[in-house]
Amino acid sequence: MSAEGDAALVVSLFAVDPAGTGGICVRSPAHPPRDIWLQMLRETLPAGTPLRRVPFNLPDGRLLGGLDLVATMQANRPVAERGVLADTDGGVIILTMAERLSTGTAARLNQVLDRGEVDLPREGLLIRHAASVGIIALDEGIAEDERLPVSLLDRLAFMVDLGAFDLRTALIPAYEREDIEAARTLLPGVTIEESVLQALCATAIALGAGSPRVTLLAARVARIAAALDGRRSAGEEDAVVAGRLVLAPRATRLPPAEPRDQEEPPEPPAEQPPEPPPESPPEPPPDQPLEVNAQMLEDIILEATRAAIPAGLLAQLRSASRERATRAQSAGRAGAMRKSGARGRPAGIAAGAPRGDARLNIIETLRTAAPWQRLRGRDDARVRVRPEDFRVTRYKQRAQTLTIFAVDASGSSALNRLAEAKGAVELLLADCYVRRDQVSVIAFRGRSAEVLLPPTRSLVRAKRSLAGLPGGGGTPLAAALDAATALVQLSRRRGETPTLVLLTDGRANVARDGAPGRERAHADALQSASLFAASGATALFIDTSPRPGDQAKALAARMRAQYIALPFVNAASLNTVVRAATAAPRV
Amino acid sequence: MTATPRPVFPFSAIVAQEEMKLALVCAAVDAAIGGVLVFGDRGTGKSTAVRALAALLPQMHAVADCRYHCDPANADGLCAECQERARHGALKSRLVAVPVVDMPLGVTEDRVVGALDLERALSKGIKAFEPGLLARANRGFLYIDEVNLLEDHLVDLLIDVAASGENLVEREGLSVRHPSRFVLIGSGNPEEGELRPQLLDRFGLSVEVTTPTDLKERMEVIRRRDEFERDRGAFVTKWKKQDDSLRRKILAGRKRLADIKVPDEVLELATRLCMQLGTDGLRAELTLIRAARALGSFEQAHVVDAGHLRRIAAPALRHRLRRDPLDESGSSVRVERAVGEVLGKPGGGLQAPAA
Repeated sequence: MSAEGDAALVVSLFAVDPAGTGGICVRSPAHPPRDIWLQMLRETLPAGTPLRRVPFNLPDGRLLGGLDLVATMQANRPVAERGVLADTDGGVIILTMAERLSTGTAARLNQVLDRGEVDLPREGLLIRHAASVGIIALDEGIAEDERLPVSLLDRLAFMVDLGAFDLRTALIPAYEREDIEAARTLLPGVTIEESVLQALCATAIALGAGSPRVTLLAARVARIAAALDGRRSAGEEDAVVAGRLVLAPRATRLPPAEPRDQEEPPEPPAEQPPEPPPESPPEPPPDQPLEVNAQMLEDIILEATRAAIPAGLLAQLRSASRERATRAQSAGRAGAMRKSGARGRPAGIAAGAPRGDARLNIIETLRTAAPWQRLRGRDDARVRVRPEDFRVTRYKQRAQTLTIFAVDASGSSALNRLAEAKGAVELLLADCYVRRDQVSVIAFRGRSAEVLLPPTRSLVRAKRSLAGLPGGGGTPLAAALDAATALVQLSRRRGETPTLVLLTDGRANVARDGAPGRERAHADALQSASLFAASGATALFIDTSPRPGDQAKALAARMRAQYIALPFVNAASLNTVVRAATAAPRV
Repeated sequence: MTATPRPVFPFSAIVAQEEMKLALVCAAVDAAIGGVLVFGDRGTGKSTAVRALAALLPQMHAVADCRYHCDPANADGLCAECQERARHGALKSRLVAVPVVDMPLGVTEDRVVGALDLERALSKGIKAFEPGLLARANRGFLYIDEVNLLEDHLVDLLIDVAASGENLVEREGLSVRHPSRFVLIGSGNPEEGELRPQLLDRFGLSVEVTTPTDLKERMEVIRRRDEFERDRGAFVTKWKKQDDSLRRKILAGRKRLADIKVPDEVLELATRLCMQLGTDGLRAELTLIRAARALGSFEQAHVVDAGHLRRIAAPALRHRLRRDPLDESGSSVRVERAVGEVLGKPGGGLQAPAA
């Protein structure tokens, strides 16, 4: 079950039916193994398969097709431009830097993947081209939340990670081009055994592996695996392959504990020579009536799939609360990316060609062209417009606000204030939700601060992350302020306006490096507070201690934050105060 | 360039998801209900169902050459161009499929509301209006996937048009108004963001779909989908009978809509239900009654009864409850509780009927 073997096998399975499998998400930096892998893909795909490399920021016109403006102006009649997707019908699209893909572009790709055609009447043209394509999404993301939009990921059967490969990794094609072509002919007639289908579905449910769509992809992959081996019916070994390659990377929970928990899945001798992973059942039962005990089959496939769940993923699953956050992160975040110049409120006119998303401002363009008509030799009803006349509208988007709650969950706070703080944050969240603000929650306790909830608009997630917040431990104020500063800067880069609401008793007792000691902790906190002040974000310091102290005041002053002492309050009054303080500067 | 669109998955062949199917059928029977919001997990057949429903509906009469496919039978709802045509003689009509228009997330405002016709402006210097998605969706469905991620300025547009049924364009020196009545269908995953309350209110019904965890169900989903993918034509033929009978039921339901009675005691029950739940405004009651009437008509009842109310209460009301961020119980539970208190214990069962 080597990773190289699987990476090679994925190429073969994909090559048989690129559109049917949707595609492959390739998580890897741009390094030689990826090039080798892509080269293998090129050599595996049947000759003549269209293969296009597409940058993530391709404008819609090029992606889907549309009006070719320059040609239209030359010809004086609408000239349609075919998009890349239609040009690649029956082929493969290689999407570069796919982790940067906007949800909008992903939505359009999804539509094409779902329907196998581009259907987009725009600019007065009815465009409908067949476009069944498979997508190779090159995901170069490093951080956990730098990922392909989840909705697109859900439509790609395979996920491979080439990040760990190096130059010594031997990538040997699993099948030759002739095998692929043979499998293509065979595939339409390949059926899937009922018991095998059942086992695959059961595995998907047990592992919480994706939507029904993913299960469907897994079933398809099982059929392809059978076709590659020249069989007419997908059996157990094919389901094992599908489970390992399609379902395992998407597992979100562990199956109910089995007695043989730590065991490797059955690893009997492989019979199919071209398949590198020695991962097939004791005796392949192709075309054999449904004699196999369905339960046994289920167990085998579940075990095999389970064993293929990446080790890192398992560790992640253990802290169950973080799992859903990670899955939803990219999508929630992408909703906030609002840099495009094509939307929002108009904010002036500028000279320039309608490139990318910018749309031509007709009136201004014509107005610019008007004085030159005589000079340009106008002799009929036509207006002579030249490219230099082009004007585009600039747009301005309302900056989004982000309210960051930094909640002190240390022992000293937890005793008296944590419950109220949670309640207040929930009330404020509801408020932010009405204003369409984003919220983010940082919790600090023990030795460090943690971004409990990355910026989101989802009330559901915010509530869940708060509910699971435990209390106790020291007060690492410096770490909390550092985390808040980082988040503020990140949010600024996205063009948002961040506000920090810090709820703490201000008694730092853990230094930045995690060492205990009040004195150093306070000094560190002051230093971090200065750094925060440099970011220039609005901040509100809520002193939740029963006896408000000077330390907290000093910190607030250093942060240039508004200081509010709330020794005896409940959630509702805390909410009122914070609302009054944060709403004022915003209106 | 392919001439005809590829066949879509038949509505009748969609496995389970009864509440979603019921809500969509009700919206098809009475477009005035105001759309359906489908919230739930990914890949549960949300867009499949919407497309399937539109494909199921019979073709409609529309004025030939009208860009907004005006209804020739409805003299009041005509666009300016058709009113002009009507003055010069009878309107020519043609049959068109019920439009389903996708509104992608990253769409620009121009494309939604329409804009100046580029080609004609540049080549001939004529100021002409090029209709946008709102025009194309007139008398059909406007489908927005991931509606909760839609940008605010687009939401503003939608809110206005969805309420007035008319699209007003004042831009680039154009001044155009055209009818834009559509059934708004939105889908999304609540984990990724919430919907603005004003937009939420525009949806008549809201349903929640979940990934089927039942093995048999999941297998059936895969099996049918697989069959469909292999031979679309054959699969559609196989389900044609069911789809045809559903189409007849929807058409019969539309006819009956005008005649079905809503007794006073049912009205009273609806009011009490809304009061119990503390819903805002009258829209909740109106929608509840309207949806119950659509359901009754669809099932060929002569009068709307408490059973209809009971079955449609959750989709009609769950998104209209005042939000209490500290209340952990979901809206569906709250509606169910209120239904139990007002209508008594379920006799006819809360589950949706087979479509």
